[in-house]
Amino acid sequence: MKQIVFISGKGGTGKSTLTASLSRIVQNKAIADCDVEAPNLHILMGGQVVEQKDFYGAEEAVINKEKCTSCNICRETCRFDAIDEDFEIIPFRCEGCGACALVCPADAIRLEKVKTGETYVSKTSRGTFSHALLDIGAEGSGRLVTEVRNNMKKHADKEDWILIDGSPGIGCVVIASITGADAVVAVAEPTKSGISDLERVLAVARHFEIPAYVCINKYDINLKITKQIEDFCEKNNFEVIGRIPFEPKIVNALRDLKTPIDADIPNIAFEIESIWKRLADKLSESDKKGDAAAASRS
Amino acid sequence: MKIAVLSGKGGTGKTTIAASLSASLKPSQYVDCDVEEPNGHIFLNPDIKLSVPVKVEVPDFDESLCSGCGDCAEACRFHALAAVNKKIVSFPEICHHCGACYIVCKTGALTPAERIVGVVEMNGDKTFARGKLDVGEPISIPVIKKLKEYLKTDMPVILDCPPGASCAVVQSLEGCDFCLLVTEPTPFGLHDLKIAVALVRKLGIPFCVALNKAVEGDSRIQDYCKKEGIEIIIEIPYSREIAESYSDGVLPVHIRGEWKRKFARLYDVIKERVSQ
Repeated sequence: MKQIVFISGKGGTGKSTLTASLSRIVQNKAIADCDVEAPNLHILMGGQVVEQKDFYGAEEAVINKEKCTSCNICRETCRFDAIDEDFEIIPFRCEGCGACALVCPADAIRLEKVKTGETYVSKTSRGTFSHALLDIGAEGSGRLVTEVRNNMKKHADKEDWILIDGSPGIGCVVIASITGADAVVAVAEPTKSGISDLERVLAVARHFEIPAYVCINKYDINLKITKQIEDFCEKNNFEVIGRIPFEPKIVNALRDLKTPIDADIPNIAFEIESIWKRLADKLSESDKKGDAAAASRS
Repeated sequence: MKIAVLSGKGGTGKTTIAASLSASLKPSQYVDCDVEEPNGHIFLNPDIKLSVPVKVEVPDFDESLCSGCGDCAEACRFHALAAVNKKIVSFPEICHHCGACYIVCKTGALTPAERIVGVVEMNGDKTFARGKLDVGEPISIPVIKKLKEYLKTDMPVILDCPPGASCAVVQSLEGCDFCLLVTEPTPFGLHDLKIAVALVRKLGIPFCVALNKAVEGDSRIQDYCKKEGIEIIIEIPYSREIAESYSDGVLPVHIRGEWKRKFARLYDVIKERVSQ
């Protein structure tokens, strides 16, 4: 089983569209959406939710008012200013570290698990689909992402491929999405913001030693910056495995909840199929190299 | 007044709108709270003069004093400390800097040490400020907190927020007077707009919607806003000209005077809404 994560650094570059399109092409696969804050892939995947669970991904301090002596030690200890003058916890600020409970001389504070989101497993015509939704403004989005990946492994252990839609950024959710993956594909648009964000997200992939490939979406809207992206990738040993042209029909298809494959846009479908072919080749190549290395060791 | 620009979904045009608003409004301060992928500088071309490292406090431990009791690892709710065979292993990058470990350590083996996780950068008069999380660091909150220490009080402040709806967005929104929710007329734009609306309603901050890439024949955002009683305060049509100049780092307000006037007016309308 191989896990491929589609990331981008910058949001809105086409991660979900590419992942949903590949879900039409790739055989024997499962799919996951690791963007738990603003998930979109389910809109294109459809299917039926077969498992829905509350996820308790954080803790919060609770003060027992009967035991509390208002000594103020907890407020002096809390580094997040999460306890107000009336000794009420401010939920948005409490990180659940428990420092207040450790110092409370009256033993009035304990930690309680709090729900931070919901996880879903769906059966779709394109395979098992694991996704989630973070509660509004909740802590611990990284933990929820890890749970999405755990759920996927539980429900899809025989598939050859796992296609994972990532989230924008370079922080905890992205790190949780790519940890232990076999490859990442960074989807970028040729804009000045796009190239800046691409460089940072590729640096994260390299930092965690995950092989990274690049796909340039709408490559023809700015050929000068497309060239800059290609030069950057060549210089830093990231292979560009796809160049998808700008095609207004894609947005129209998406408005009707169709991928470019469903909508049968021939030039786009051809390019996405080629991307998959290159990616599958690359990953089986690295397999052979791995096997050869293992054979030479034994 | 502090105006936050957010969206839920990435790539809807937060930075275009936040930077356009700031560029049309003199004086004003633009603050890039998207510290994972800051982009405002590309459009506003600030001359960065000040650079402040963002330091967090993580435990450093003296092995000669450590008894290996493991109390610190047990106290740490974030698994940033682990006890393995009576030895303490630390993972400073996932430390939340809460100080619980020092409280429980009986031997004084743990002492606070500094660690740099990012940087806050500003131009000479601090009308441009941005945070930047270091690559490989998971926790962006300390960078946003540090950045917000430099908010001006004598002029309008425009905060360009990160995408999503997690604690990093909440941190950016704290103390803001008004939110501008940027969206686009697609099923994804609408889905994520609803998440952003739920977030600002929960925080109790007044807000309006900015509809970007508006097209004729798709009124899903207008329909939703009408139903919810939300005002669409500005509409920017989908235009190849805007998309192309964006790709080169040029704002709509810099290509046409009419946009500059529209954005300058936008601020007056926001001021009115806040005072209502």
